[in-house]
Amino acid sequence: MEMFSALRPQDLWFLAEAAGKTLWISTLAISSGTLLGILFGWVLSVSGRLGSMTLGAVLDVFRSIPLIIQLVLFYNLFPIIGIPLDPFTAGTIVLSIYTLSLVSNVVRSGIESVSQDLRRASRSLGMSYWQDMRHIVWPVGLRAVFPAWVGVALSVLKDSALVSVLGYVELLRASQILITRTQEPLIIMAIVGLFYFFLSYPIARAASMVEKRWQQ
Amino acid sequence: MDYNFHWQPVFRRLPELLLAALDTLQVAVLAIILGIILGLLLAVLKMNATGKLKPLNWFARSWIELARNTPVLLQLFFFGFGLGALGLHLSPFMIVLAALTFNCAGYLAENFRGGLQSIPETQLRAARSLGMSAPKAYYYILFPQVLRNVWHPLTNQIVWAVLMSSLGMLVGYQELAGSAQYFASRTYRIFEYFAVVAVIYYILVKLILALSRLVAWRIFRGQGGV
Amino acid sequence: MIEIKNLHKQFGNLEVLKGIDLTVNRGEVLSIIGASGSGKSTLLYCINGLESIQAGDITIDDIRVHDPKTDLNKLRQKLGMVFQQWNSFPHLTALENVALAPRIVKGKSKTEATEKAIEQLRHVGLESKINSYPSALSGGQQQRLAIARALAMEPEVMLFDEATSALDPELVGEVLDTMRMLASEGMTMICVTHEMSFARDVSDRVAYFHQGIMEEIGPPEQLFNNPQSAHTRNFLSKVR
Repeated sequence: MEMFSALRPQDLWFLAEAAGKTLWISTLAISSGTLLGILFGWVLSVSGRLGSMTLGAVLDVFRSIPLIIQLVLFYNLFPIIGIPLDPFTAGTIVLSIYTLSLVSNVVRSGIESVSQDLRRASRSLGMSYWQDMRHIVWPVGLRAVFPAWVGVALSVLKDSALVSVLGYVELLRASQILITRTQEPLIIMAIVGLFYFFLSYPIARAASMVEKRWQQ
Repeated sequence: MDYNFHWQPVFRRLPELLLAALDTLQVAVLAIILGIILGLLLAVLKMNATGKLKPLNWFARSWIELARNTPVLLQLFFFGFGLGALGLHLSPFMIVLAALTFNCAGYLAENFRGGLQSIPETQLRAARSLGMSAPKAYYYILFPQVLRNVWHPLTNQIVWAVLMSSLGMLVGYQELAGSAQYFASRTYRIFEYFAVVAVIYYILVKLILALSRLVAWRIFRGQGGV
Repeated sequence: MIEIKNLHKQFGNLEVLKGIDLTVNRGEVLSIIGASGSGKSTLLYCINGLESIQAGDITIDDIRVHDPKTDLNKLRQKLGMVFQQWNSFPHLTALENVALAPRIVKGKSKTEATEKAIEQLRHVGLESKINSYPSALSGGQQQRLAIARALAMEPEVMLFDEATSALDPELVGEVLDTMRMLASEGMTMICVTHEMSFARDVSDRVAYFHQGIMEEIGPPEQLFNNPQSAHTRNFLSKVR
């Protein structure tokens, strides 16, 4: 058992703790990014050209610059203006904004995917704007973009690994530390890979099953 | 605020940064080309689960799912330290290229599969009813329609490859982000360097999107756009 | 020229055609009527080998369709097919839709294929739409395009699979007119149709299919005015 000698039980605990941090930062980013993304997506869908040229253009910046650059920039900007941020806070904020920029796009296309005829039909039944939104546009649009939203959430979960560049010890960073100490890159990478895989794969499968059911 | 921005040294390095942007484009474009070839192969293997192809089918599915369900950063480290531990030491360029190709092939395979499946089966029937052989029907009728269906995801994948090649800075490859980090580490002007590089990435992405739209307009015009 | 003997076709456990015997002569126009699910469309797919068969035989000019040695791609050049969902190729213009198969299947030169295609498009009244893509055409125009596309292969038989049933009512007429024109030109045609007036006016014979069996076949006057089978009478009383 020479091969495993360097990997101790407390190392696995160390990894598990880091996995918890990955989950925590992802959950924070996905939930806040989604809530704000729904709001911004709706604003984009009603504000027409003006909205897409201002808000839309700003949000687009976050999709057009590598996440790792955003993280470094943001993390280094705050000490400059006199408010040093810890890696966790900086990472969470950047990941949330990144999620928000992706979700707002998804939500806007979801709202626009609901046909005008359908919306006229609901309004002709005497529904108010908000009733139409709540009972027609939301459920119909949700079905159209649910797979895309799951895709966004899963990519944020995986991209949260990038927060490691700020020194935040989430799963990937923890694995790096362990690899340096134990010199066992393959086994540790396999563990980390399996963790992500068994989190991401079932969600992706479940989402595609839900999607198929909705299409029937 | 007692920090003074120093942009001059960054601008002096602009030619070097722009050359590094070419490295970024190079590795991304290579990864996409290899990704398209491998992705087509994986898609075909995933759709054929019979007889002798069974082990290959399993291989294709594993590749696709691993590529899509683990962080690309982990994939990058695998091609770096992981293979290194097995005695296979790739150059930083090869590490980035291998990781991006592995990842792109997995995502593109699913795009190609979806693009093919969204074409009504009756199109194939109509082509066959005119006496076209299966290869001819695929080449003349299905493939052009698949290309149109996957144009948008393919463009996104190219953009994505450009953005993710920035991870090269973590394995010592001096593409755009890697160069910024190198210069920043010597001058401590981290913010300035990364801000300028962010702008360059933004411009690169916009150029790619514009080019994609132009080409799409040329080849799909009249068909109701992409 | 088409001879069908004791044809059986199954989808899994579902028997769709239960022993069909039918002969179609050169120059004849045969209409097939019947409720949906009666197997009439499946028959067309079996005739040009797009569906396999479980028993029986189909021969076209003494070539056995379901013989593994038969070159189906060659055989299908004799058989033009028009589908319910017209299946125009969306990435090609009207002209390219028509000219493609003669070029790549029959090996005609580009000029020849183009000339031929323009001729066929004029034939079906689409000369003004030559450079339009299918997305810019109405359903009726797309269906006429599909007819021109099939005709460009110079087929000896045309198979129509409910060519008008996916069309808006006001567009049915133009397609039926085109089919009438073909019939008057002496084309051999098998038309699966819901258009009783077309079946009555244009066909030489009409066949009624019921649950995978050819219940009755005969000249239109006989089948419509004096049906022999109770099933036929029942069906006709419903569609009238």
